[in-house]
Amino acid sequence: MSTHTTGAPGAAPHATRPPVGDFEPGIPSFEASGGDWADVAESAVAAAALGEERIVVNMGPQHPSTHGVLRLMLEIDGETVTEARCGIGYLHTGIEKNMEYRTWTQGVTFCTRMDYLAPLFQETAYCLAVEKLLGITDDVPERASVIRVLMMELNRIASHLVCLGTGGNEMGATTVMTVAFTAREEILRIFEAVTGLRMNHAYVRPGGVAQDVPPDLVEQVRKADPLVRRYLGQLGDLMLANPIFKGRLVGVGHLNLAGCMALGVTGPVLRSTGHPYDVRKADPYCGYETYDFDVPTATGADCYDRVVLRLEECYQSLHIVEQCLERLEATAGQPVMVGDRKIAWPAQLAIGSDGQGNSLEHIKEIMGTSMEALIHHFKLVTEGFRVPVGQAWQTVEHPRGELGVHLVSDGGTRPYRAHFRDPSFNNLQAVAAMCEGGQVADVVVAVASLDPVLGGVDR
Amino acid sequence: MTDEKSGAGTPVPQPEEVQGPRSSDLVSGSGAPRTLEVVEVREGMFGVRGSGDTSGYGGLVQPVAMPGASPRPYGGWFDEVVDVLAEVLAASGVPFDAAVERVVVDPPGAHAELTLHVHRDHLVDVCRALRDDQDLRFELSLGVSGVHFPHDVGRELHAVYHLTSITHGRRLRLEVSVPEADPHVPTTTSVYPTNDWHERETWDFFGIVFDGHPSLARIEMPDDWPGHPQRKDYPLGGIPVEYKGATVPPPDTRRSYS
Repeated sequence: MSTHTTGAPGAAPHATRPPVGDFEPGIPSFEASGGDWADVAESAVAAAALGEERIVVNMGPQHPSTHGVLRLMLEIDGETVTEARCGIGYLHTGIEKNMEYRTWTQGVTFCTRMDYLAPLFQETAYCLAVEKLLGITDDVPERASVIRVLMMELNRIASHLVCLGTGGNEMGATTVMTVAFTAREEILRIFEAVTGLRMNHAYVRPGGVAQDVPPDLVEQVRKADPLVRRYLGQLGDLMLANPIFKGRLVGVGHLNLAGCMALGVTGPVLRSTGHPYDVRKADPYCGYETYDFDVPTATGADCYDRVVLRLEECYQSLHIVEQCLERLEATAGQPVMVGDRKIAWPAQLAIGSDGQGNSLEHIKEIMGTSMEALIHHFKLVTEGFRVPVGQAWQTVEHPRGELGVHLVSDGGTRPYRAHFRDPSFNNLQAVAAMCEGGQVADVVVAVASLDPVLGGVDR
Repeated sequence: MTDEKSGAGTPVPQPEEVQGPRSSDLVSGSGAPRTLEVVEVREGMFGVRGSGDTSGYGGLVQPVAMPGASPRPYGGWFDEVVDVLAEVLAASGVPFDAAVERVVVDPPGAHAELTLHVHRDHLVDVCRALRDDQDLRFELSLGVSGVHFPHDVGRELHAVYHLTSITHGRRLRLEVSVPEADPHVPTTTSVYPTNDWHERETWDFFGIVFDGHPSLARIEMPDDWPGHPQRKDYPLGGIPVEYKGATVPPPDTRRSYS
């Protein structure tokens, strides 16, 4: 923030005109500035003196087509973008730092809030990393892994639907948005039935999941499945052969394989270049090697192919979901949390009269029969468990690419360091490569095809 | 493991006193004791400094050590990668022992991860060898993470790189340690352009200077922000929430389990 003097001669050059209106002299006015914005303005003034016309457009951080608070600094020549730069950090909330002051179990509650469109991926990746440090990776019950896979795949569909819906909306295709959000609603209903919440679930826990799924879940998902398929079909009908849509997307935001590898871009953007890299296949976790699914690829390496891939991935996810449902039926009644009582919170919960999940048997035991169990429960919940010294790295296939979790433990009850390699954060580096030389309108499309979620970018 | 130790002076950690994940593993059976990297000294039980510990554990002093160097064989493809890397480095005139200070395989078991502790002078050489040699081919970098160990004297700041070989389906970790007084690490953006923003983030949060980086500016915090927030000694201001006269202290000064 800087005090601005209206029209003062010799003042620093400004990219914007001085504010107009009824300004009382002597009352300071403030304007938002930051970064090297002043330098940019200054160089534009210098260029203007040489007879060049240079326009620097600040798109965002409140622009509706920037998926939140992404700030794009575009230098344009007419309608052509000659330089594109990203400014991020407007949504930095210090989640990684906060996690250092909470127990390992509470960490889930924080990391779920990073990428708010794909919360279950952060939770699962974090828990897998904690389990690796604890050395209990192979002890996680099968049913817990099946539930994790089910939730992640449903979440992938929900996330892709938002990507497609908002991407369409940004191009003026409101119907695409309404159809996509209607379909997402079906999935959020399932999430609400399982975790009690539509986002910020904190459902996956180190050692398993917080509680078993409701008894009618399989039925509920089977009912939602054809609905989601129908909406996906509608989205395909609206987008894939639409000449206006193709006119805006085909050949736009091109990023080839070499560019993807150099910039570390993964996920649908990498697969749109023809590289079938998918962590679920390359380094399976949660038993993905036992599921039957394909990794769709394309060769156009443009925004249109990424739309096709995301739609195709939704169908593949539905295919995995069906397999999960069969396994859920086969494992009914089995535990959803590791057996080690030094780690496991009570997970076989029932809905109490207050509407909260409670384990009545557990309460009966700790309140009625065993003092030691009460002490143990108290210590486990307030102090938490200790995790062996060391560090672990775990990646999962996030809807936007490869999500990595780096955890360091000092043997205490809290993470010594938790770092998330968020795919959106990394992929935004490709904006310059994808947008420069294109039109301003293409920037919107290219950014939408990267599908950044700023909660994950800034953490 | 030590239960209690008198005296609050700077403890000199002995291998058998060090609290580790599997304390017995930290000293190898036959050969010399494995290198221990003491990264923290934990005192008392409740994270309270100065006063107020009435638990009786106030005198408890526990050095914490990260897993030390692993003996050969490392297991799986780890030996092959280390051997090939040594060959490739030797061919380019870099002695392996000068470049890689320590090879750590941890945690034990089927999910072990390979960590190469690399000296900063040879970081770029190691990265280039890992990326370019056809038997290594770690072509995808998954970014840089920082860790601050205030008790690891002379090696307080660690930069951690995670590399993936899509070709061979392998993952490994490079770790570079630098002193807080001289926090300089050469940039790896010439080998892995993707590390650009990740290095900026690590500079922003930990104050590690990546020499040669094209534009090492803060990325998450405002440009004029003082300090590096992810360091352990960064003061957490907190918000003085008042409730009936009592205040809520910032989390790092709260009573907690250490």
